[in-house]
Amino acid sequence: MTGIITLKIAMRALIRNKARSLLTALGIIIGIAAVIAVVAVGQGASVTMQKQINSMGNNLLIIFPGSQKAGGFHGGAGTQQTLTAEDGEAILKECPLVRAMTPLVRSGAQCIYRENDWATSVQGVDVSYQEVRGWDVASGSFFTDSDVRSASRVCVIGKTVAEQLFQGEDPVNQTIRIKNMPFRVMGVMTSKGSAAWGQDQDDTIIAPYTTVRRVLQNSAFNNVSQLMLSLISMDILPQAKEEISQILRQRHRLNASTDNDFTLTDMTEVTQMITQVSSLMTMLLTVIASISLVVGGIGIMNIMLVAVSERTREIGLRLAIGARRRDILMQFLAEAVALSGAGGLIGIALGISTANIIARINHWPVMVSPGAVLIALTFSAGVGIFFGFYPAWRAARLNPIESLRRE
Amino acid sequence: MLIALRQISKVYHMEEVDVPALQGVSTNIAAGEFVAIMGHSGSGKSTLLNLLGCLDRPDSGTYLLDGCEVDRLGSDALAAIRNRKIGFVFQNFNLLPRTTALENVELPLYYGPKISSAERHDRARTLLIRLGLKDRLGHHPGQLSGGQQQRVAIARALVNQPPLILADEPTGNLDSRSADDIMALFQELNREGITIVMVTHEPDIARFAKRVIQMKDGKIV
Ligand SMILES: Nc1ncnc2c1ncn2[C@@H]1O[C@H](COP(=O)(O)OP(=O)(O)OP(=O)(O)O)[C@@H](O)[C@H]1O
Ligand SMILES: [Mg+2]
Repeated sequence: MTGIITLKIAMRALIRNKARSLLTALGIIIGIAAVIAVVAVGQGASVTMQKQINSMGNNLLIIFPGSQKAGGFHGGAGTQQTLTAEDGEAILKECPLVRAMTPLVRSGAQCIYRENDWATSVQGVDVSYQEVRGWDVASGSFFTDSDVRSASRVCVIGKTVAEQLFQGEDPVNQTIRIKNMPFRVMGVMTSKGSAAWGQDQDDTIIAPYTTVRRVLQNSAFNNVSQLMLSLISMDILPQAKEEISQILRQRHRLNASTDNDFTLTDMTEVTQMITQVSSLMTMLLTVIASISLVVGGIGIMNIMLVAVSERTREIGLRLAIGARRRDILMQFLAEAVALSGAGGLIGIALGISTANIIARINHWPVMVSPGAVLIALTFSAGVGIFFGFYPAWRAARLNPIESLRRE
Repeated sequence: MLIALRQISKVYHMEEVDVPALQGVSTNIAAGEFVAIMGHSGSGKSTLLNLLGCLDRPDSGTYLLDGCEVDRLGSDALAAIRNRKIGFVFQNFNLLPRTTALENVELPLYYGPKISSAERHDRARTLLIRLGLKDRLGHHPGQLSGGQQQRVAIARALVNQPPLILADEPTGNLDSRSADDIMALFQELNREGITIVMVTHEPDIARFAKRVIQMKDGKIV
């Protein structure tokens, strides 16, 4: 008998007992569906997170004032605001691993354009902010070096702010009031979407840091909230961190026994965390999948044993008319594999549709990887072979005379 | 000689006792014979027929089928002999339930040399039509009378064109009219050259055979 005919006959035997076959395959169906759905959603989520991290900037390294040991980045260290724009310039000049640098000062502010008002955050930065964050203007232009030097009252705005204040009007070259002071809008940034922690990155106003400090914060000090650096590559991160630390320690005149009065933060920790979470999830899934496949497999074994004893006379007859023991073995093995394989296929279909529904609700992308589908199919067929073998072997070992005599 | 048996013995071993089912049976059956095996219940008729059908092996003695010493063959070779040289007809028909008459007849063809499904259908249909079941090709066994079921079973036994038909009480479950029909069919097949060995209790049925072998206590008398 050829494989195709064997499989066809097996399928027919299963269809003859539709309800029983479906119930038996349910373990496999649910297990495979769960794995496919969770993998698809999980991969979609992890890709989204990775994208959001990348949207933070190009090879980003952020320096906060205050030591980590002093309790958090800002708290506790708030009194000793030690980081200045000059620190940043020194780093840029002395460390060749740093490609671009911008200081950043923050201020929350109420903004008004005509009768529209909107509360948002104002980021004071340098021109190279564009390069550090990999963020371009969509219309108009960014402010220039001379704007920064002269602390002009100009700004570019994020897409959300443009929508809230201008509501369809072209914001370029219009004047808005930030904390009641007039700023000219030079451009609108492209959309960056939400950050990894869900914050809307487009809900912001970007202005020269000199202007923010002098006009909005009314500060006489040189301090900045952070320095954002773009490294030439992420591979040299440890070396860059070391060199930057040395430069800052020297500039801040820290002796060997003193801790850093600044903190270097990069995105590798976040990336690592995501990888860790996703590998943990994969492990968990593997365990769940294995359990459900084993449970499903035992169900198949059980029902195949029942089928063998129900069809003892059929087996005896087949042996009498010329079936070899191998043919009987293959027949029942094919039934088990068809059962688990069909279960796997249904499970995959169910898993993909479940993932799509979850994705539709949560606005995540779904990533159904062909690899996962292939593995699922292989495993379900494997379960059929493994758990179907014993019943099939019992069938093949039956004595034809006794089998034919069975009622 | 189609069948030559020499000193065939078979003992069933129960927990405590040994049951000698066949004790030194020797006989010849030529091609083209129609033999009825008779004897009391437990005299070893079925045991002998199962040995002839290569479903079982003797404990001692030799069995030549068509010149071939079958008790030396492996189980795959025996399966091939059952498939090509022997057609079985049983008292309880042994048709697959919920399977059409046509598919039941096709069954032995799956275990023989590869043929196309068209040829498979063709051979089964031709046989069923010949046995008067033209309108019953798609019927399941449950939808057929006993006589019709036995005719389907005979078609199945014939589909591989074997030289030998073995029948264990083929009329045991039939009324006398159907039984006579089946016997007429056997005689017709026998006239065409097929050797038939049939076990029966009933002298009325044994009448149809050309020769009767009487058995008693595992021996031919
Ligand atoms: N599987 C078996 N195990 C033990 N003893 C058996 C077995 N099969 C048959 N026997 C015994 O062997 C003897 C011959 O049995 P067999 O079935 O050949 O008789 P039979 O002539 O066909 O009888 P019947 O006319 O009732 O069908 C009987 O005594 C029976 O009890
Ligand atoms: Mg008997």
